[in-house]
Amino acid sequence: MNFVRSLFKFLGRLEGFAIAMVLLVLYLALIIAAPTVFTHSLIYISFLETVPPTLIAALGLTLVITAGEIDLSFPAVVSLSGFALSWGWKTFDPAYGAWIGIVLAVAAGALVGYVNGLMVARIGVPSIMATLAANFFWYGISILLAGGLQVTLKGSEENFVHRLFVGRLFDTVPAQAFWALALAVLLWLILNRHKFGEGIMFIGDNANVARVMGVNVEATRIRLFALHGMIASFAGIIVTLDIGVFYPDQGNFLLPAMASVFIGGTSIAGGAGSIFGTFFGAYIIGSLAAGVVATTISGYWVQVVEGVVMAAVIMLNAATGKGKLAALSNRFRHWGRPVNASRTDELLHKNDPAPN
Amino acid sequence: MDIGRTIDPYEARSMVNKPLQKSGEQQALRMVNIEKYFGPVRALTNINLEVGPNEIVGLIGDNGAGKSTIVKILTGVFAPTRGELYIAGRKVDFRRYNVQSAHAHGIETVYQDKSLGEKQVLWRNFFIGRQIVNRFGFIDVNREKAISNEIMVNTIGFRSKGITVDSNVSELSGGERQGIAIGRAMHFEADLIILDEPTVALSLKEVAKVINFVHKIKEGGKASIYISHSIPDVYEVCDRFIVLDRGEIGASIPKKEISLKGLDEFLLDYAHGRKDNDRS
Repeated sequence: MNFVRSLFKFLGRLEGFAIAMVLLVLYLALIIAAPTVFTHSLIYISFLETVPPTLIAALGLTLVITAGEIDLSFPAVVSLSGFALSWGWKTFDPAYGAWIGIVLAVAAGALVGYVNGLMVARIGVPSIMATLAANFFWYGISILLAGGLQVTLKGSEENFVHRLFVGRLFDTVPAQAFWALALAVLLWLILNRHKFGEGIMFIGDNANVARVMGVNVEATRIRLFALHGMIASFAGIIVTLDIGVFYPDQGNFLLPAMASVFIGGTSIAGGAGSIFGTFFGAYIIGSLAAGVVATTISGYWVQVVEGVVMAAVIMLNAATGKGKLAALSNRFRHWGRPVNASRTDELLHKNDPAPN
Repeated sequence: MDIGRTIDPYEARSMVNKPLQKSGEQQALRMVNIEKYFGPVRALTNINLEVGPNEIVGLIGDNGAGKSTIVKILTGVFAPTRGELYIAGRKVDFRRYNVQSAHAHGIETVYQDKSLGEKQVLWRNFFIGRQIVNRFGFIDVNREKAISNEIMVNTIGFRSKGITVDSNVSELSGGERQGIAIGRAMHFEADLIILDEPTVALSLKEVAKVINFVHKIKEGGKASIYISHSIPDVYEVCDRFIVLDRGEIGASIPKKEISLKGLDEFLLDYAHGRKDNDRS
């Protein structure tokens, strides 16, 4: 019994545990609905190949949303950094040109993010407008530079950079899945264990409190946008290397990335973010389309199912955040620890008007 | 006076814990001939105010009397037009004094509502802006939690069951939140704790908790300025009352020279007297 208790306690404290369970249920349902596809490892390996770019951008976006901001410009960064990589690739000998391309790509991402940060923190433009404008502008620049054409990375399969970022480990698992996982761990540490991350949470919670308590709000915001720019450029590098071709529209996953963050349990209100919620959320979003098609339902149903799943998960998140379900999930969180019975009561009646 | 030398906030930060700077005689706060104009409007006239090293001073006055102007000068929101400010004997250089550097100067403020991050756990709230970090900037969570627990149990005597350093601020009542903010201010060796209307919008039971926390400031040997509209609260916790009226100090009355009733009547007379003056 004690073991069960401590197991519950441990699981309840694991970030993203609930959303991981949703993902598991989804896969179980798909195994029942489409056994021929979902009992083979091939489909899962293909998810591990296709989900990471969206996932990587969504992980960075989780930090931005935790700070109470939004960044709509990362699709342009994915495009721009893909172009930078392909330019380095074809201009120089690919042996080292690939690395020049990668450095240029990350620098481009940092630049776009830094400019976003300046607009938001220094000039005071709301981030939704600043980054929307930035998305149009930098996407336009990317098309201009590329002349609207796609660029093939010649001989990419033999290149070391290709093997490093998108090769197959043990000849099966795509390397980008490990990179995305490593990034998730790193960003979890930054958000939850680093003072930069703590600043992000307090700024998203209440920027006035953060400022009064000595957090450098401006600098933190600028660094945050620059960081997300670099993370988005990493997503761009992965996409471009994986398919071996740069094309201007390759960053077209703004909405799936945002959906991943929100179904992962990060609140649009800011102040708290769930990195591993986003991690599993991205796999849910990325698995739905292929899953629906595999069940032999008409492909026209894909978006309907996606909408239903997203709405259901977000309602589940909202419900566990207040009322009786909140008291229940709070209990779950405190399992094994003596909890004052009246605390649960207090939680339940917290929003009741005070008796006079 | 040699105590009047100017130091910059970074030097002040390193000096905060040096006992030499805090001899028993040193006033926690001294304002000398402070004046503040907003354009042609004079908000403060000739403010001379002292707070002793372990004194709780109540600042009383109507809306517009200048209480919040004084608080904003002390907390670095804006500088006075002229005059001097000494914190624990150190002169404040207003060109370098701002909200961020007020901490380093030894001033902590507990506001009505903007002292804590609502969605954050308590231990983060104790250390925000002053985290214990390694050289890569990563937080020493265990130490921060241990010290937070120490503050809650010993410094402010937190008794609520079911509330730990891992609780969210949103789980706390209004009075408990002010207690956390006061405890934080005391732990970080503030020379002066400013309580700016800490009991507004709290129920009577919660006000009693806050009053209890303010008593801890006195017991802890710290100084404080307590600003409130509630005269009975001010009377209960303060050693001395300063009455502000239209930007000037109208009176400074030690608690032992006046009863609560007396203070109430004095303030009423004061208000009436003012009305009479206005009429003439």
